[in-house]
Amino acid sequence: MLTTSPAFKDNAHRALGDPVLQRALALLKTGFHERRQRAVDRLPEFDALRDAAKAIKDHTLAHLDWYLERFEVNCRAAGGQVHWCRTPEEARQTVLALCRRFNARTATKGKTMIAEEIGLNEFLEENGVEPVETDLGEYIIQLRHEAPSHIIAPAIHLTRTEVAETFRAAHTDLDPARPLDEPRALVAEARARLRQRFLDADVGITGANFLIAETGSSVIVTNEGNGDLTQLLPKAHIVLASLEKVVPTAEDLAVILRVLARSATGQDMSVYTTVSTGPKRPSDLDGPGEYHVVLLDNGRSELLGSEFQEILRCIRCGACMNNCPVYGAIGGHAYGWVYPGPMGAVLTPALIGIEHAGHLPNASTFCGKCESVCTMHIPLPKLMRHWREREYERKLSPRTMRAGLKLWAFLAKRPALYHALTGFAAKLLAALGRRHGSFYNLPLAGGWTATREMPAPQGKTFREQWRERQHNAGTAR
Amino acid sequence: MSARDDILGTVRRSLKRGGLTAEQEAPLLARLARPQAGPIPARSAGRDRRGLVELFDSQACEVHATVARVASLADVPAAIGDYLARQNLPAEMTAAPDKLLDGIPWDRRPLLRLKRGKPDPADAVGLSAAFAGIAETGTLMLISGAHSPSTLNFLPDTHVVVLPAARLVGPLEEAWKRLRAATGAMKLAGAAMPRTVNFITGPSRSADIELTLQLGAHGPRRLHIVVVEDDAVA
Amino acid sequence: MTDSAATSSKDRPRVGLFVTCLVDLFRPSIGFAAVKLLEQAGCTVEVPEQTCCGQPAYNSGDRVDAKALARRTIAAFEPYDYVVAPSGSCGGMLKEHYPQLLADEPEWGLRAKELATRTYELIAFLYDVRGMRSVAARCTGTATYHDACSGLRELNVRDQPRALLALVAGLRLVELPGAETCCGFGGTFCVKYPEISDRMVAAKAEDVVKTGADLLLAGDLGCLMNMAGKLKRDGHQVAVRHIAEVLAGDLDTPPIAAAKAKG
Repeated sequence: MLTTSPAFKDNAHRALGDPVLQRALALLKTGFHERRQRAVDRLPEFDALRDAAKAIKDHTLAHLDWYLERFEVNCRAAGGQVHWCRTPEEARQTVLALCRRFNARTATKGKTMIAEEIGLNEFLEENGVEPVETDLGEYIIQLRHEAPSHIIAPAIHLTRTEVAETFRAAHTDLDPARPLDEPRALVAEARARLRQRFLDADVGITGANFLIAETGSSVIVTNEGNGDLTQLLPKAHIVLASLEKVVPTAEDLAVILRVLARSATGQDMSVYTTVSTGPKRPSDLDGPGEYHVVLLDNGRSELLGSEFQEILRCIRCGACMNNCPVYGAIGGHAYGWVYPGPMGAVLTPALIGIEHAGHLPNASTFCGKCESVCTMHIPLPKLMRHWREREYERKLSPRTMRAGLKLWAFLAKRPALYHALTGFAAKLLAALGRRHGSFYNLPLAGGWTATREMPAPQGKTFREQWRERQHNAGTAR
Repeated sequence: MSARDDILGTVRRSLKRGGLTAEQEAPLLARLARPQAGPIPARSAGRDRRGLVELFDSQACEVHATVARVASLADVPAAIGDYLARQNLPAEMTAAPDKLLDGIPWDRRPLLRLKRGKPDPADAVGLSAAFAGIAETGTLMLISGAHSPSTLNFLPDTHVVVLPAARLVGPLEEAWKRLRAATGAMKLAGAAMPRTVNFITGPSRSADIELTLQLGAHGPRRLHIVVVEDDAVA
Repeated sequence: MTDSAATSSKDRPRVGLFVTCLVDLFRPSIGFAAVKLLEQAGCTVEVPEQTCCGQPAYNSGDRVDAKALARRTIAAFEPYDYVVAPSGSCGGMLKEHYPQLLADEPEWGLRAKELATRTYELIAFLYDVRGMRSVAARCTGTATYHDACSGLRELNVRDQPRALLALVAGLRLVELPGAETCCGFGGTFCVKYPEISDRMVAAKAEDVVKTGADLLLAGDLGCLMNMAGKLKRDGHQVAVRHIAEVLAGDLDTPPIAAAKAKG
């Protein structure tokens, strides 16, 4: 997928001025973060489960090579195949080769962020395979040629009216008189359209929320059931998964499932948790004839052992973005690539390079809300700060900012000079701002004063006044 | 170098070690051989069968499933027939060729027509037997096999599932335990693991449009669970 | 026992006040309110040589300068029984971040950890450490309180300010919906991404106005300047103050960004 992350500021500007998007983002609050809180409050063991889930992931990551090998062995034992892919290109070629083997003209797709990461749809289209998104949100944005704006609610930036317009434009045989005002009607329309696509598809592609080393299975967690029809009906089921999705056992899965849905949508369990192991068995009445797991690295193996390792615990619940005030203001598209919000601000620079994604870890107030809700206790602000450090080391941050900081640090290390200058500045600004108590406009602080007053200092600095006070107390004694 | 070796090599390099020694491997092998449960919520603890039924019922209803409780298998045809009539649905079902379902005296409701096998796309009502029910979250566990086509869980608009109370467990871990026991091996790997294990918690839904909940996105719009309380039915 | 300020005892600990650079420059009255409260709480207050905690450098990826400032600050405050800051942000920097920042320097890492155990945000210190359970101040009106992020999430400052504000005679405290949501200040964030910052503070200002409170309080001057600046630009008559000013009964100085003292 192409990135517009370097244009983050322009993206954000457009997002802030888009009233439709702003209305949609307002829904996040009740739609996601209050529901999450209610679900968490209903489960006294939530924090213990969160700690256990984190420990499972940490353990698995520390032995990732071993668990991946076990996964492969067990997947094969069940008749499946594992395709190891270093790069997005290798993954795309692998998927295409599989599609060609089945003479696939269409491939249905369950929701998979890895497909977005490797730009699979465009690639399949270019090569004569039509990818059909079947998750309702993904389907809508595919019709609009847009990227997802949220990892679990890809079309959260759209209103029902926009969705209706999209359907009328794409479903050309649709009766113009048929009302599509209500979400119910829109869901019914998409369901009817996609039903035939499920039945016609030659291969089905899903993501994987988890891989289980013990059983060689992949696991998807959905609410619609599209991922199931995607994998059960065609001749082959192709699973796209990145390395870090593996967990040791079915029991470990149980622990993580308890925190996943609660954190994501506020459900105790998502509607469908499906564990898929190999192709259909000889006596089975249905299921795919072949089962392939495309295992993507794309730089993740390099994150292990680095200061960014903890992001590999992420289970893509979306709680960080649902609760992020910056995401809440600008939405997901502004981030310019597959993964938005705080987890995206940490993962994206690792996948596309800090030189392209520098804005993402910078566009955070470090308010810490993301870390506080993160199911996997990922210290997201800390990891964003590490990206800022990499950026600073490589002199990628804006030169004016670096110069300003350097000057300030130079002064802060020289107290006499610092106090002389701050003392002077405080008095000067206090004199200038005395009448109003604040500034309507201030050189070098234009970003601030464009929309808010800059409070004026009171006068003498604390240090000066404290010294006078100490001096007076001394002479009085 | 193959992509596989390359990736595994990078993983080991990043973890600052080589492949694991036999000694390092031992605890990991043990962990896989005897999977340990993590913290289990108290919600379903210490309940007898009746208590599990109560919890399952309330949890399933909360996620918009409907639950009917009947005393014995003999009561199932009437319960389902009444349900279909109430919903204005045809008295026609595609049923999994399952032993439990075969043991139900369907002739007690002569108007109810059953077709055994996997569903056609146009079939309106599917009938399955649950492998287990998880009271903690009102979740059904269904497994694929010669007796149970997985498409039945997704294609028909209405899914009716028969669940003997004896198959109810408290937490998800107990359901895995049942599957491990059923396969005869503690290890669920390879052919011991069914191709598809479906955990189903309520009917299909989507909130992708304006975050408003709509039932029946791609899977069933309705999920009706008939709990058979007769302890003799297992 | 002498009355020398340099003597500490269990009963009368020596507190090194970390004034914070914003308070020093913009609003010394907060510093003096802190001194007054600390003295009421039985502490001897001293103000060692200091400039800034180094957070701007730290959060901008400049570890070298951040470390240099951290070492200076640690050395300056080591002689005291406690380090107290009228700011969760700077307090969090000293308590949570110095040990991480200096973790790779054996000696300084230990010194940072040691100092962290004695470092507190002002209100939490008064309530949790000094057991303050009475407030002499009076303040007529309706106030609402914003939980500044660092204090809330790094130092667990949440119940203490509310408990102490409840003891202020004449003051009615109304909860601010979304009190725990960031105001959009974020240090350099508000300069780097002013548009996003503005949207966040606009939402905050709207929530504040909706409470009907005539006084907005918080424990961090950066956030207060941001919210006060927005409320004033939008023409709202909500007075904005640091919580220490109210608890100390220092209402003579004009509120933040206000022209002159109200009567």
